[in-house]
Amino acid sequence: MIALVLRRLLQSALVLLVMSLLVFVAVYAIGDPIALLVDPQADQHDVARVRASLGLDAPWWAQYGYFLVAAGRGDLGQSFIHGEPAIRLVLERMPATLELASAALLIALFAGVPLGLWAGLRPNSISARLVNGLSLLGFSLPTFWVGMMLIMLFAVGLGWLPTGGRGPTEPVFGVPLSITGIAGWRHLLLPAATLALFKWSLLLRLTAGATREAMRQDYVRFARARGLSPARIVGVHVLKNILIPIVTVSGLEFGSLIAFAVVTETVFAWPGMGKLLIDSIAVLDRPVVVAYLLITVALFVAINLVVDLLYALLDPRVRFGSTA
Amino acid sequence: MSRSGYAALIALTLLVGAALFAPWLAPQNPYDLAALDVFDARLPPGSPAYAGQMHYWLGTDAQGRDMLSAMLYGLRISLVVGFASTVLALLIGIVFGLIAAWRGGWVDALVMRIVDVQLSFPAILLALVLLAVTGPGLAKIVLALVAAQWAYYARATRGVALVERNKDYIAAARLLRLPSWRVLAHHLLPNCLPTLLVVAALQLAAAISLEATLSFLGIGLPVTEPSLGLLIANGFQYLLSGRYWISVFPGVLLVLLLVSCNVLADALRRLADPREAAR
Repeated sequence: MIALVLRRLLQSALVLLVMSLLVFVAVYAIGDPIALLVDPQADQHDVARVRASLGLDAPWWAQYGYFLVAAGRGDLGQSFIHGEPAIRLVLERMPATLELASAALLIALFAGVPLGLWAGLRPNSISARLVNGLSLLGFSLPTFWVGMMLIMLFAVGLGWLPTGGRGPTEPVFGVPLSITGIAGWRHLLLPAATLALFKWSLLLRLTAGATREAMRQDYVRFARARGLSPARIVGVHVLKNILIPIVTVSGLEFGSLIAFAVVTETVFAWPGMGKLLIDSIAVLDRPVVVAYLLITVALFVAINLVVDLLYALLDPRVRFGSTA
Repeated sequence: MSRSGYAALIALTLLVGAALFAPWLAPQNPYDLAALDVFDARLPPGSPAYAGQMHYWLGTDAQGRDMLSAMLYGLRISLVVGFASTVLALLIGIVFGLIAAWRGGWVDALVMRIVDVQLSFPAILLALVLLAVTGPGLAKIVLALVAAQWAYYARATRGVALVERNKDYIAAARLLRLPSWRVLAHHLLPNCLPTLLVVAALQLAAAISLEATLSFLGIGLPVTEPSLGLLIANGFQYLLSGRYWISVFPGVLLVLLLVSCNVLADALRRLADPREAAR
């Protein structure tokens, strides 16, 4: 087990290093930020001075070297626009994104798993077909358009919920969260539901398929032969078995929720990391883009690592397998 | 194929037909700025034009463009981007997937490791970064979509090819001492195609949706030739003041396109997998 943990940690560090190089080279090519930073009236001399003071006159590999050394100290550079450390800008907005992604995952789980279970238990009924069709629709609807339609319906049309933004925040253990107040929930509901839709469809299909599969297994037949009530068979035996893939997929999909939050945050003007990324790309704020990508990559790698290790913990075949 | 599958096929054919014949079907050329009339800006559906006999059945946008025409042309761009990126990504994925399955060993390990790492990152982030680097443009967005999607095809191709390569007909072809490329292209590949077609239909919908999303975020296609995603984005600011038609109609068309792709993919999957159909 310790060897497995060490090996996976080493792999994660390697992925992070390779990604930092790729991200740096890619973003390096985005464009020359000097044009943006210096007054167009400035002469060549001034431009050269600013370029040198920012270290932008060095070749790209030297810049990557400086960058790597500084990144080791937790310094990802200053934002060209805000004049603040880029890493602080991103981390400041991270709680908002994590709050949104967590709420979306919870909605997807609590709305998707029971419905999937229900459809999986009667695979040939009309209701199951209806559920299947619904999940197909959920897969097909583009996130941003759904968000806009929800705004139109619930914010503009009915006036029940705000059109966008985040409610007032309160520090919880030093992290500003908006879910402590009713206004926060009112702001969170629409964006979280929008973000949840795709994962809801996914979990719905996964649960229905897994349930259908599980109901044909011998242990279900034996449980029936023992005279256990259907509620107990489904609630205890089947649920326990289908939870493994559900937990795995939920963990892995959390990363993609954070990525897709870019779209949802833009639609709902949610002040998270994703909106920061889009705004920063628009104004060529290179350090912020790099900081966002590296922090997101680190987050993904950490999530993958945790899911892998949890899986090994849950499933002895993985733990003792030769190719783990 | 199921009845819903046929319905989806018909819908998709109609949509592709409408896109192909857009110049003849559209009441107006939406890219011809001279044909637009500022007096006709933001008219609700069914309004008559300020000058002339025309009626704007689906309303007009902020430039006074007929929404129906803009949608037909936008559909055309969305489909071109979707099909071009799907075909390119499919070709690249097939080549890498077949090579990985055929050669095995370190080649297989290398290709699959790259695929694994790439697929652990959401396609949207990859495409976003690539487009931020290259800037907006039709060819560039196709490139970004291909880069984001080839790995799905490579993985699917390798999966099927690994099963197929152990079958007798491959052994027979090799016993005939046919060259490797011939066994791959004429014997192995045709038998992998049914599965790949299903993946392609699903990924076509994903590509069109991704393009619309990127254009909505303002980093996909240039403003001069709006795709469906950009049309929806343009109407966003007017949505809050109740001018729903600029966003809603292109959105409905986009959803119709995506749903028919996905339903068709679902029907094809059942067709390709008899176990699934028997259920």
